[in-house]
Amino acid sequence: MAPMATTDPIFELRGVCKYFDDTCALSNIDLAIRNGEFLTLLGPSGCGKTTILRILSGFETPSTGEVRLNDTVINDVPPEKRKVNTVFQNYALFPHMTVRDNVGFGLAMAGTEKGEMARRVREALTMVHMEHLADRRPGQLSGGQQQRVGIARAVVNNPLVLLLDEPFSALDFKLRKAMQLEIKQLQRSLGITFVFVTHDQEEAFAMSDRVVVMNEGQIVQVGTPKEIYEEPASLYVARFVGDINILDATVRNATGDGMYRAEVEGVTMALHSKRRFSDGTEVKVLLRPEDLRVHRVAEGMLDEPHLLGRIAQTVYKGATVDLYVQLDDAHGGKTVMASEFFNEDDEEIIYDAGERVAVTWVDGWEVVLHAEDQ
Amino acid sequence: MQKISSRFVRTSIVVVTLWLSIFVLAPQAMLLIATFLERGQQDFLTTTFTLGNYVRLFDPVFLLIFWESFRLAGITTLVCLLFGYPFAYILATSRRTLRPWLLLLVIIPFWTNSLIRTYAMVIILKSGGVLSNVLLWLGLIDQPISLMYTDFAIFIGFSYTLLPFMILPLFAAIEKLDMRLLDASKDLGATAFQTFRHVTLPLTMPGIVAGCMLVFLPALGMFYVPEILGGSRFMLLGNYITNQFLMARDWPLGAAASTILTATLIMMILVYLRSVRASARSGEGALEGELLSTEGA
Repeated sequence: MAPMATTDPIFELRGVCKYFDDTCALSNIDLAIRNGEFLTLLGPSGCGKTTILRILSGFETPSTGEVRLNDTVINDVPPEKRKVNTVFQNYALFPHMTVRDNVGFGLAMAGTEKGEMARRVREALTMVHMEHLADRRPGQLSGGQQQRVGIARAVVNNPLVLLLDEPFSALDFKLRKAMQLEIKQLQRSLGITFVFVTHDQEEAFAMSDRVVVMNEGQIVQVGTPKEIYEEPASLYVARFVGDINILDATVRNATGDGMYRAEVEGVTMALHSKRRFSDGTEVKVLLRPEDLRVHRVAEGMLDEPHLLGRIAQTVYKGATVDLYVQLDDAHGGKTVMASEFFNEDDEEIIYDAGERVAVTWVDGWEVVLHAEDQ
Repeated sequence: MQKISSRFVRTSIVVVTLWLSIFVLAPQAMLLIATFLERGQQDFLTTTFTLGNYVRLFDPVFLLIFWESFRLAGITTLVCLLFGYPFAYILATSRRTLRPWLLLLVIIPFWTNSLIRTYAMVIILKSGGVLSNVLLWLGLIDQPISLMYTDFAIFIGFSYTLLPFMILPLFAAIEKLDMRLLDASKDLGATAFQTFRHVTLPLTMPGIVAGCMLVFLPALGMFYVPEILGGSRFMLLGNYITNQFLMARDWPLGAAASTILTATLIMMILVYLRSVRASARSGEGALEGELLSTEGA
């Protein structure tokens, strides 16, 4: 039923910069938002993600550059004239109106005929499971209920794009999870383009078709959640999305076919990378905790290259155990973290503190970056 | 610590209650009693009971004064609202560093006695006064004019004296207004006028009602402004009451007129309080206990 996300951009930012007084909030943003996709702007507070959203909604105008909606430049079109609606962070429901009047506000302002308005308001409220509370006032609703009304109030106007500004940040963890699922399903069934702003990486990954990672007013990477997680373009992205182990290495020479021979923390190993490195380059080797493998040294020497260390701490997580391994001084002395999954009849992932171990990783899962790519 | 503060609270309440009883309640009661007594030649009052003082107020002259007072107070309130609302809005939405200074401008006139300020208005409004000279200089009039002893002079006098009482409650109401609601309204396609009409106005209504009360009620009773700026042509309620006590020496009639005025004002305040309570009921958190759990469904 829902149209698949196409590659035609519905919303486009071209060379957008935004200055507040003399501070640069956004610098040279190029972003094409595809029709029907669920796009998330992800970054820490102050990274410019909310400014982008306010430029899309029309509450801010870019200092330079173009904003295009359906191939028309809309830089100077005010928010009330854009077919774009926003779900606000703190709901921003009108306290003096009932839920029904809140949802019908946009239609009433557009002069929609009474019967049609009542029908569409009812449909929107049913969609967010709030039809039974239509006569309540916002002050009589819980946070989650208020946010449902906020969503209904926005989607009832059939916007081309729905903007969501950290809509779940005031909700508790469990409710948040439930709302994430619901919003995702809603987006699928409506087929409307959603632009979602959050600082929560898990939330971004759970919901989005594509994620835009931002830092200090710049886009640092755009990609699917899988690409962002598995192929971070910089150390910043790698650190921002999930836990990461970073090892120092020096490239010795290329061995062809995207393979390099390198000294990783003093051990000669083979590294995989699509990037090009000249001989002698200082690089960082990025490994997710689940990429690492930990072996008992007592069980005999490994024939593959490895780093030696001691178990510093084990943290039981239920489905996994996090092993903190302090590498030997000969291997840089860093502490790395490895997540090991429990296996039914496998007790061997229980380690004692101080036990001697060797650390390796799944061949080819490493990400190699230039050391200066912060 | 707890005991001291609770004793302090009790003492304060007792002192305030005593003060109000002696200086407000008792005179008011005496005034009310006086309305039912006959006028005396020697001591202003006799001890004979009568309802005649109220009957005497059903005189067309008094009813005209009553009507004229309400009309002038009503128009004054409207003028104050029309000028006060935009000012209060600018005040409430101005930069935080600028706000105390603007607020100071509103409050400065209070530092001078309002009677003296009303006399100062004479210098502006009289023939050959400041306003007349400015109009002459601008070429809008050819000979000096006097604006004294007109409706206009009274509106100017009332509005000038009472404008701060309109601005301050409006400022308080507008400052509390969540500006994100205005963003939400715009986002939903409302024009600036629609946003004002459907969001700003209803949400600042308590401030509007409070401001109107604070202007309208004193405007009904303020006797020296029409006395000074309106001259003998304007007999308003306040002047009428003053005259009964000080000139005509008819205390019972003055007391009856005063009681009618007080009763009218009390009624209006009750209407106001009911409207405030009604809007508080519909406001936030009134029924927090009744939340239904549809979450996670």
